[in-house]
Amino acid sequence: MKWEVVIGLEVHVQLSTVSKIFSGASTAFGAEPNTHASAVDLAYPGVLPVLNEAAVERAVRLGLALGSTINLKNVFARKNYFYPDLPKGYQISQMDLPIVEFGTLTIQVGDEEKVVRLTRAHLEEDAGKSLHEDFHGMTGIDLNRAGTPLLEVVSEPDMRSAEEAVAYARTLHTLVTWLGISDGNMQEGSFRVDANVSVRPFGQAEFGTRCEIKNLNSFRFLEAAIKFEVERQVELIEDGGRVVQETRLYDPDRGETRSMRSKEDAHDYRYFPDPDLLPVNIDPALIKLVQSQMPELPAAMKARFIEQFEISVYDASLLTASLEMARYFEALALASGQGKLAANWVVGEIAARLNRDSMSIDACPISPERLAELIARIVDNTISGKIAKEVFEAMWESSDSADAIIDAKGLKQITDSGAIEAIVDQVLAQNTKSVDEYRAGKEKALNALVGQVMKASKGKANPAQAQEILKQKLAN
Amino acid sequence: MINATLKALSQQLAAKAISSEELTGQYLDRIEALNPEFNAFITLDREKSLAEAKNADAARARGEAGLLTGVPLAHKDIFCQQGWKTSCGSRMLDNFISPYDAHVVEQCRLAGLVTLGRTNMDEFAMGSSTENSWYGPTKNPWDPAAIPGGSSGGSAAAVAARMAPAATATDTGGSIRQPASHCGVTGLKPSYGVVSRYGMVAFASSLDQGGVMAQTAEDCAMMLNVMAGFDRRDSTSIERAREDYTGQLASPLAGLKIGLPREYFADGLSADVARVIEAAVAELKKLGATVVDISLPNTELSIPAYYVIAPAEASSNLSRYDGVRYGHRAAEYHDLNDMYEKTRAEGFGTEVKRRIMVGTYVLSHGYYDAYYLKAQKVRRLIANDFVAAFKQCDVILGPVAPTAAFNIGEKCNDPVEMYLSDIYTLSVNLAGLPGMSVPAGFAANGRPIGLQIIGNYFAEAKMLNVAHQFQLATDWHSRAPAL
Repeated sequence: MKWEVVIGLEVHVQLSTVSKIFSGASTAFGAEPNTHASAVDLAYPGVLPVLNEAAVERAVRLGLALGSTINLKNVFARKNYFYPDLPKGYQISQMDLPIVEFGTLTIQVGDEEKVVRLTRAHLEEDAGKSLHEDFHGMTGIDLNRAGTPLLEVVSEPDMRSAEEAVAYARTLHTLVTWLGISDGNMQEGSFRVDANVSVRPFGQAEFGTRCEIKNLNSFRFLEAAIKFEVERQVELIEDGGRVVQETRLYDPDRGETRSMRSKEDAHDYRYFPDPDLLPVNIDPALIKLVQSQMPELPAAMKARFIEQFEISVYDASLLTASLEMARYFEALALASGQGKLAANWVVGEIAARLNRDSMSIDACPISPERLAELIARIVDNTISGKIAKEVFEAMWESSDSADAIIDAKGLKQITDSGAIEAIVDQVLAQNTKSVDEYRAGKEKALNALVGQVMKASKGKANPAQAQEILKQKLAN
Repeated sequence: MINATLKALSQQLAAKAISSEELTGQYLDRIEALNPEFNAFITLDREKSLAEAKNADAARARGEAGLLTGVPLAHKDIFCQQGWKTSCGSRMLDNFISPYDAHVVEQCRLAGLVTLGRTNMDEFAMGSSTENSWYGPTKNPWDPAAIPGGSSGGSAAAVAARMAPAATATDTGGSIRQPASHCGVTGLKPSYGVVSRYGMVAFASSLDQGGVMAQTAEDCAMMLNVMAGFDRRDSTSIERAREDYTGQLASPLAGLKIGLPREYFADGLSADVARVIEAAVAELKKLGATVVDISLPNTELSIPAYYVIAPAEASSNLSRYDGVRYGHRAAEYHDLNDMYEKTRAEGFGTEVKRRIMVGTYVLSHGYYDAYYLKAQKVRRLIANDFVAAFKQCDVILGPVAPTAAFNIGEKCNDPVEMYLSDIYTLSVNLAGLPGMSVPAGFAANGRPIGLQIIGNYFAEAKMLNVAHQFQLATDWHSRAPAL
């Protein structure tokens, strides 16, 4: 029996507004428990919600980037259930009339492109946090997170593998950070994925029974959880059992999904339009404004980079992983006029150093203009590519220009034939064994001699010239 | 002094005939004497009240006094008031000291009004008799065997017994108008959106409105000037140009068209009430008004529509009372669900529980369309009835309740019977219109009967004008029980 995997993802994106969606309290992460919760967030008697328009604007931004329909009139609804981290006993969400509907996200898996359809995206408030482990026999409730704006992005069940699901999640993650609507910090819970997974025999039209795996906050866990769940369901069915529709959690320590032993699955949320909030009426002028301020999107930028700067698809993908990275690269490519070299430097040395220092590209101490000067010195042969790396390291630690460092350290490449000849003569005299071996027909001995010339010149001899001169002298 | 209106008190204070401290002291003394019998107040704090009064006197000495500075006022125990117990008549909030002021309370404080105390009410505003309070029933000052009406029974009784010259109150299905009628005082509920609901503990969000009870329409107008106005903390608060609600009081009524809905004068209306209303209408005709026969065909549907919508919203609004963050929490429980169940079983009274269950039912899967959605559609029809009617008349008049006040204990075991008596007031909340009750006479048993005046949207000034002119020509509003 060949099984087809069917996956739909619901992603909760925390929006990067300064204050909460219905109150003025701060959304900043990491504060002392219950210090970022106002009377509104704590659901005191008599308090009322007031909509933060910045959340609406961010939702519109994503909707436009996905080619979705923006519902100019959209409605908030109450989702009623009891839990200590939900102070009002209901969550303000959207049901029948969400702010965004439809739209698509194109993903890349290996060399294949696939279009995933979106069902909808709606605004809602986040709940607080329940801390079960830190207190003996009790659960601590931290309401700092309660009321943080979320955009819940729901896909159609279009994905057919864990790889596709991860590609979708990554692409969406890049997009929301690219657009600046979310900081995308998964450790802090800014981007949480729920996966709806089911299996069916290939060729069957009806979907199998699905299970929902909740709150996956890393791409690694997402992939592992889906793979485990697929195997679990297939084994279950092949053993004669039936998949029960339920909510499950992924346990990363055990590498397995577990059923949530709560009555939540039987929940009737009794949705009704929230009478404390008016229907949202979006002014078409806002749509126009957001559209006009929309940055070039990742896919478009990637295609343009490939064409304009003649770089590889692979490099273009890496360079468009974030808007900041893409802008840095473009500035560098334009300033240096060397697309391919610029790509190599950003994807190589810059990325490595940022990674080492746990820095993001906006904190990069070398500006694209300053780095362009270094590239110019490689192109005009002032220094070799290898020496350039040394100069780069020095530039990272100081604000000196490439030229200043090259001069100060005397790193200019030696291109004067006379000077190289002198070194070559010295090397030949000191390496008679290699000379004999080369003359005896061993080609590799030349490399050793070139190496010696480089060493004697402290890496400054132009390697190509050194090799030429060596060959000439050895031919005699 | 004790029968003085807000207007009179304002003048006396301005003339320095009396200080706020003295005046407040007098009211507090009267409260001390009468409240044990009538139970109009849940919470009193003599020290706090006198401190506020002294501040008012100091402001006056600095030349900073406003129209109502130093005038005493009672607040219905549903408006959050910083530092005061805000109980909503419920055991659930018996230990709740509010950390903030409602918009209404803030506005009154800024106007210099002095808090006399917090008045009794049906629990979470659910009721028509103030028999549903954790703190016991309030008695009608005209007849202690009678209910004062509800849910703002404490406020109405306080004004009727002259324990306070005015009191804030709320009206969701008639909770200002009906107790005003039963207690012989003037009560006003503005159009939905005029008074901010921020800090007004929610019962039914799309129906609740804050308002006032006082001896006269003029006093109500002065209070509305303090309470009304846009508040961005309430998303349903309406933003419109500021209005002086006393501005039209003196206008003559010549040419005024009064609509009388034939559905309000059908079976079910007691002879006493019919007589009083007819006499009132006759009085207004003498003042130059003409009567137009109108129809509000969907009046009867207002009862089922209201008793679906209000409980539905209440069931959700009251979910926050779970013992987790504030308010009552059961003393013993063995897990989370047990805590929730015990806390809410202990914290809520019978009527509240009844409405939460009804509300949960009508919102539940499979029933939402037939009940909640359908009721909202009917609501639209009811509102349309008024829109059509107001094309033919300027104000609508009618009774407030089918009878004068019934006895305490008479209907509290028959909730549906209780609900049916709301027939004349519910539509006004469902449509979001403003409404008043104005003292208009007495039943044969001496219990007061009020005249209901319903205005068009945001036509509070016109409504007050009609009430004021009626009060210039009659003296029902100046009668008080001999206490």
